[in-house]
Amino acid sequence: MVIERKWKKWVYFYIPLTIFVVGTLFPFYWMLITAIRPDAELYRSWRAVNNAPFWTLAPTLAHFQDLLAKTTFPQWLWNTFFIAVVSTLISLFCGLLAGYALARLKFPMAGTLGTSIFVTYLVPPTLLFIPLADIIRNFQLGNTPWALILTYPTFLIPFCTWLLMGYFKTIPKELEECARIDGATRFGAMVRIIFPIAVPGILSAGIFAFTLSWNEFIYALIFLSSPEKKTVPVGVVSELIRGDIYFWGQLMAGALLGSIPVAVVYSFFVEYYVTGLTGSVKG
Amino acid sequence: MKKPIAGGAGDAAGTVALPHPRTSGAKRPSAFLENERWLAAMLLAPTVLLLGLFIAYPFVMGVWLALSSTSVGNPGEFVGLKNFLKAWNDSIFRTAFYNTTYYTFWATVFKLTLGMYLALLLNRHFRGKRLVRASMLLPFIVPTVLSTFAWRWMFDPTFSVLNWLLYRTGFIVTKLPFLSDGDWGIWCAIVVNTWRGMPFFAITLLAGLQTINPDLHEAASLDGANGWKRFWHVTWPLLKPVTLVVVVFSVIQTFSDFQLIYVLTGGGPANATHLIATYAYQVGVATGLLGEGAAISLFMLPVLFIVVWLQLRYLRKLEGA
Repeated sequence: MVIERKWKKWVYFYIPLTIFVVGTLFPFYWMLITAIRPDAELYRSWRAVNNAPFWTLAPTLAHFQDLLAKTTFPQWLWNTFFIAVVSTLISLFCGLLAGYALARLKFPMAGTLGTSIFVTYLVPPTLLFIPLADIIRNFQLGNTPWALILTYPTFLIPFCTWLLMGYFKTIPKELEECARIDGATRFGAMVRIIFPIAVPGILSAGIFAFTLSWNEFIYALIFLSSPEKKTVPVGVVSELIRGDIYFWGQLMAGALLGSIPVAVVYSFFVEYYVTGLTGSVKG
Repeated sequence: MKKPIAGGAGDAAGTVALPHPRTSGAKRPSAFLENERWLAAMLLAPTVLLLGLFIAYPFVMGVWLALSSTSVGNPGEFVGLKNFLKAWNDSIFRTAFYNTTYYTFWATVFKLTLGMYLALLLNRHFRGKRLVRASMLLPFIVPTVLSTFAWRWMFDPTFSVLNWLLYRTGFIVTKLPFLSDGDWGIWCAIVVNTWRGMPFFAITLLAGLQTINPDLHEAASLDGANGWKRFWHVTWPLLKPVTLVVVVFSVIQTFSDFQLIYVLTGGGPANATHLIATYAYQVGVATGLLGEGAAISLFMLPVLFIVVWLQLRYLRKLEGA
């Protein structure tokens, strides 16, 4: 390797990296410190002499208590979780089958179908939310979790299909052929031989899909109206701001609690997540 | 998953733990799944059904809405291109369109340069690398709405910590108007978008960097290439394909962004920071003019179309090569 001087390593490596780390993590630190700071300290003039914004001497859990007792926050957490899990499962199911078909089977229109699934992958939700709201109303799905459980797969399935298709292509065809020579049906070989090998790919797709649906906002904002039915992002936006007043302590406590579940899932499966992320663009 | 066996002998076969179907007869209903076309049709049916129902159908309906005078509680009638013309002559829409382009351009430039820089830093060996890499992705994991609230609080007109910091270090004497001025507002949004999207660039480019054979760098430095030359002549050409794909994804997401502006500025002050999506929401959902709102959001289509077309053409070229 190229040998470097010590000061050079500091200037070109440690200092920039530290700036990146601080810049990336500061907003999270700020969330935390705001959430545990008493209101009296929170709203103090920025020129006040004794203002020490970066820490607090009187940490309090009052904001968390308010959030859990006075709002339906736990219910939002459960809604978000339920919707994210079910729509992820649906998308994985569809993505597995479709990905296998596109990677392995020969049939007319295979190319066209593959391309159109890829194109739907690139259709952003904000292009379709107005007509979709109408359709949801017509199907009598408005204000139910099913409105989201059925629409989230529209952006999850293309991604899952794409990722799993790439994964299936890396599995040698011979494995299936052997199984079929031994008498397995096509379907049997797919379910018993190929799917078990694809478990890492399935996990990656699942983790990524879960975080995407946990983060979704615009559909949830439009399709749900009663406070107890909302997901965390929508609940925080619409219920923790009353009129023009922002309850920053509660807001930050909510932001923190709403981020923890995805952060935990992510921290357990970082490698799978990264595979899903990089696979999502390479296919 | 097991199909019921049509003929007799089902009981006996069921109790034996063999992966069965050696005894398959032509009558079994699963026989037609041996036909590749039928199997493919079965496997693709759920996907096609869901995507057709919730993407293709709304798309067609969106075009119809955009050509009609529909509003909430009023079925409306066909009005031709009136909604599009109205939007085009609307000064708020023009601002929104300009903002969207501006926002997408600068945010993408920053995400790409900073993401590349970070990827190059993370590609080296140092202690705690895995932890740093994992924590770098946090902004991308956490729901955008929630993290944008933290930024909004940091940009707060009265209690901004950034103002405090700059004031205390002597850079400013009066507060900076972060979100209370349109030009500042859109730049704040660019900063937040960059903060959120940069990890995606960094991690994807890092994955690309890791596939580059270190021997190439070794050879280049033996030939006397310095760091910048090695990047420009060795790393960059090899990284171009993955970069292009990441940029396309990011452009689409940034161009159609909604939640960041919705939380950060709400389109204000005085409609100065709207993006196409937030303005479509304001007109179509908040005001209830479904036809006009649908027309506004369809203005995104040409740009998205060009981007997707370029991407597909590029992918074809790669497959052909």
